[in-house]
Amino acid sequence: MSKAESTETTISEDGVIQSVSGPVVSARDLDARMNDVVYVGDEGLMGEVIEIEGDITTVQVYEETSGVAPGEPVENTGEPLSVDLGPGMLDAIYDGVQRPLDVLEGKMGSPYLDRGVDAPGIDLEKEWEFEPTVEVGDEVGRGDVVGVVEETVTIDHKVMVPPDALEEDETTEVTAIEAGSFDVTETVAELANGTDVSMHQEWPVREARPSENKKTPRTPLVSGQRILDGLFPIAKGGTAAIPGPFGSGKTVTQHQLAKYADADIIVYVGCGERGNEMTEVIEDFPELEDPANGNPLMARTSLIANTSNMPVAARESCIYTGITIAEYYRDMGYDVALMADSTSRWAEAMREISSRLEEMPGEEGYPAYLAARLAQFYERAGYFENVNGTEGSVSAIGAVSPPGGDFSEPVTQNTLRIVKTFWALDADLAERRHFPSINWNESYSLYKDQLDPWFEDEVADDWATKRQWAVDVLDEETELQEIVQLVGKDALPDDQQLTLEVARYLREAYLQQNAFHPVDTFCPPEKTYLMLTTIETFNDEAFKALEAGVPVEEIVDTEAAPRINRIGVQEDYEEYVEELKSEIAEELRSLY
Amino acid sequence: MKEYQTITEISGPLVYAEVDESIGYDEIVEIETAQGETLRGQVLESSEGVVAIQVFEGTSGIDQNASVRFLGETMKMPVTEDLLGRVLDGSGRPIDDGPEIVPEERQDIVGAAINPYSREYPEEFIETGVSAIDGMNTLVRGQKLPIFSSSGQPHSELAMQIARQASVPEEEEGDDEESSEFAVIFGAMGITQEEANEFMEDFERTGALERSVVFMNLADDPAVERTVTPRMVLTTAEYLAFEKDYHVLVILTDMTNYCEALREIGAAREEVPGRRGYPGYMYTDLAQLYERAGRIQGREGSVTQIPILTMPGDDDTHPIPDLTGYITEGQIYVDPDLNSQGLQPPINVLPSLSRLMDDGIGEGLTREDHADVKDQMFAAYAEGEDLRDLVNIVGREALSELDNKYLDFADAFESEFVDQGFDQNRDIEETLEIGWDLLSMLPKDALNRIDEEFIEEYYREDDSERQVVEAAD
Repeated sequence: MSKAESTETTISEDGVIQSVSGPVVSARDLDARMNDVVYVGDEGLMGEVIEIEGDITTVQVYEETSGVAPGEPVENTGEPLSVDLGPGMLDAIYDGVQRPLDVLEGKMGSPYLDRGVDAPGIDLEKEWEFEPTVEVGDEVGRGDVVGVVEETVTIDHKVMVPPDALEEDETTEVTAIEAGSFDVTETVAELANGTDVSMHQEWPVREARPSENKKTPRTPLVSGQRILDGLFPIAKGGTAAIPGPFGSGKTVTQHQLAKYADADIIVYVGCGERGNEMTEVIEDFPELEDPANGNPLMARTSLIANTSNMPVAARESCIYTGITIAEYYRDMGYDVALMADSTSRWAEAMREISSRLEEMPGEEGYPAYLAARLAQFYERAGYFENVNGTEGSVSAIGAVSPPGGDFSEPVTQNTLRIVKTFWALDADLAERRHFPSINWNESYSLYKDQLDPWFEDEVADDWATKRQWAVDVLDEETELQEIVQLVGKDALPDDQQLTLEVARYLREAYLQQNAFHPVDTFCPPEKTYLMLTTIETFNDEAFKALEAGVPVEEIVDTEAAPRINRIGVQEDYEEYVEELKSEIAEELRSLY
Repeated sequence: MKEYQTITEISGPLVYAEVDESIGYDEIVEIETAQGETLRGQVLESSEGVVAIQVFEGTSGIDQNASVRFLGETMKMPVTEDLLGRVLDGSGRPIDDGPEIVPEERQDIVGAAINPYSREYPEEFIETGVSAIDGMNTLVRGQKLPIFSSSGQPHSELAMQIARQASVPEEEEGDDEESSEFAVIFGAMGITQEEANEFMEDFERTGALERSVVFMNLADDPAVERTVTPRMVLTTAEYLAFEKDYHVLVILTDMTNYCEALREIGAAREEVPGRRGYPGYMYTDLAQLYERAGRIQGREGSVTQIPILTMPGDDDTHPIPDLTGYITEGQIYVDPDLNSQGLQPPINVLPSLSRLMDDGIGEGLTREDHADVKDQMFAAYAEGEDLRDLVNIVGREALSELDNKYLDFADAFESEFVDQGFDQNRDIEETLEIGWDLLSMLPKDALNRIDEEFIEEYYREDDSERQVVEAAD
């Protein structure tokens, strides 16, 4: 059931509320199927059928249920929870069931979210300039693009034949199509099989949109974050998890990805998180520039904000709403990145509903189907060949908030079984303000090998070798630090002391990145690479000096090398790096 | 209004009654016992024919002959500006022998969620006068920043110091926002009479009471009432902030008692428990309190929250601090070790955090070098802390000169920066100058997180340039 047509639907099979307990309402005599959308009570609160037993139907309600009483009516719409798809989803902000929050503010006339107010997910009256891309007489199949409208300055929205209008491999003739100004409900193209194509489609959120097949992703989702691009890259169409205790920087990392990842479309799902954080996104994104083209970031972004104090059932659905919107843009051939912050809140919403249904709990009170639901969600990501022959991708990046920062809990563990990139946030690093506080020993990316060819073609042909060098130095440091903890640094031999110094530059200059510095916040892969080679230059020159008999104290106490820490904030980094490399070499060579 | 004498079951704080009309979820109930005592409660579950009622004052004295009245509305808080200066009980009834309160409005205490689209992002610095907060973990208006403490720690003193000092600069400066006044709303949940007295004496001594509203649910008051107290507090706060333009600081103590009450109700209802017996919906429940902090576009006032919680066993992975930390915008740790060293306030800045700080500091807000100074001090103090462990094993002599400087820095940081006393009020300028005094103990090239320009301007080349000499003494 999409809200766009809720006004016209004739409502049939009514039921009567039998009991109310928080967001869970039971109704008697309701003729409904699983997952049907229903309207509950005199105020018509939106809900979804989640259990049927005899003539008792259980409904999760997406709104606050205070004051709802037994005996009030329940109306069935007979359709599953769906989203409205069409132009207008970008530069928009929704709650968990795709109600636009700005429209709700206007309708409710209050800064507080009232109940029983509904609004379609896309503006039904706004007119768009439709430009056909096919002609009368052309054959089209399901999912084929019939025209485009300029949705925002950045994105051309492609109007497609709905995937359920035709059978697989079936085609039909375009009988009428015209350029012009239309609203989303008007027919823009007529097909010979009787389908009227408009800019508006609906899709049930719990069902993946069809695709031809899934391919191995081979292009990185470049994020402009050194530790991610440099050490633990994610592919376009890949999946990643960011688990970490509170205060370790999950949200900042997600925001950085939403700002700088080189996807065409960003769907940002704030699932059960802080209101002020969503406000920050709403205030910042329209002002921030898209690094790819200088347009406002909001022009490629769709926000879904179901904050922690908004109804818990809508929190359960917001992840599905987000991924369905992402799939729709994927069908147009775009690379979409979906950030979900946080999937733990989503899992908790499932747990809360499940316990109200008195289901037998699994681990830590989570429902037994937790693992299946997480897997289903992440499986909707991937690099796809679409039904219309284009290629598009959905990358899914989920934050996880493990209780007490303990990664052995069910949500983290079940997530790790599915995702291929793991960015482990570390409270110790955060405490010493090492940001992003991604632990380089625990994190991994299984996409490394399939992405290396891209980095070698686009950035430098020794990309993988350099990365391995950095990883080796950091590994060695970890081992040495254990000894240092026992005997002190000065007890180590000179070469190991020098290794610690090199590792320190890797940690402080390369792995740390200041998200709040205007330049350092985004680091193109070229700069990431050059920074690494500068540290390697220092490494090579320093070890040569050591071999020539220069004491390690003198090598460490040089003027040029500490400037490695300032590469991050340089706008004209190429020149700076060149100069710095030769100065480091010169200074160290002058010592012997 | 119909009266029923149909109680079928009494269990812990819950009463089940048979009804023959439909009763709304969350509705308020009055129960009159055979002795003529009136108790209040709330509908927790409503089914055809039977309702479950949670009784705030506890169920003792109720028998099957008690009569039950359903008031047909959800719980409301009578609000008015006249509440300022008053002391109320945990259910919002005056206990200070003052005049009767004539409400201007009666507002639903559940409080609808603020539309994220209507919020305004908090970025106005609040000067608390506490260096460890202002300098390192800055508080801004509309933030929720809890104090994580444990039993026996001076968290109340810290909260009082903030409540007292945070108000002062606002009224002095005034500028064009003079209309926005400052108010403190204090919600006590299950604290002892003695603790409550300390707060009250401090409020009276400093004259803060006249711009405060105090809600008292003491340790011997009914536990279930504690689940209502913070909602009363926040409803009053929202009214004063968003309708009367006050900048409201809400202090809630102790959230641990609140959560215990939630658990008690959950257990009585035989719910499937989550971690450590706390209900699975505790995250949502806490969020519905904490998320009521904030600013709203087009409204003058703000609601800033400082909830205090005592971590059982000083363990921050316990569900109460853990879930709180995931909702609030940072946390301030009160550290037992620092307390036993006599630091006042004993704030451990390393695990403390203010998420909204970065947008609230800098040029035009505090000072242009604030962010860099903060980052450097965090790094240097963390380094010094690490070295302390090592010193215990190898001794100071085995460390390099630089390492020794870090150790000295860490000591001085605690004694001069953090330990300022509960009565000293430092402005941000003073806090940052002390910061530079301390950072100048380190060589210039160790200050890798500070812009060279600022080092040029503020670094003390020798001791005579120290701006704040012996500040703490």
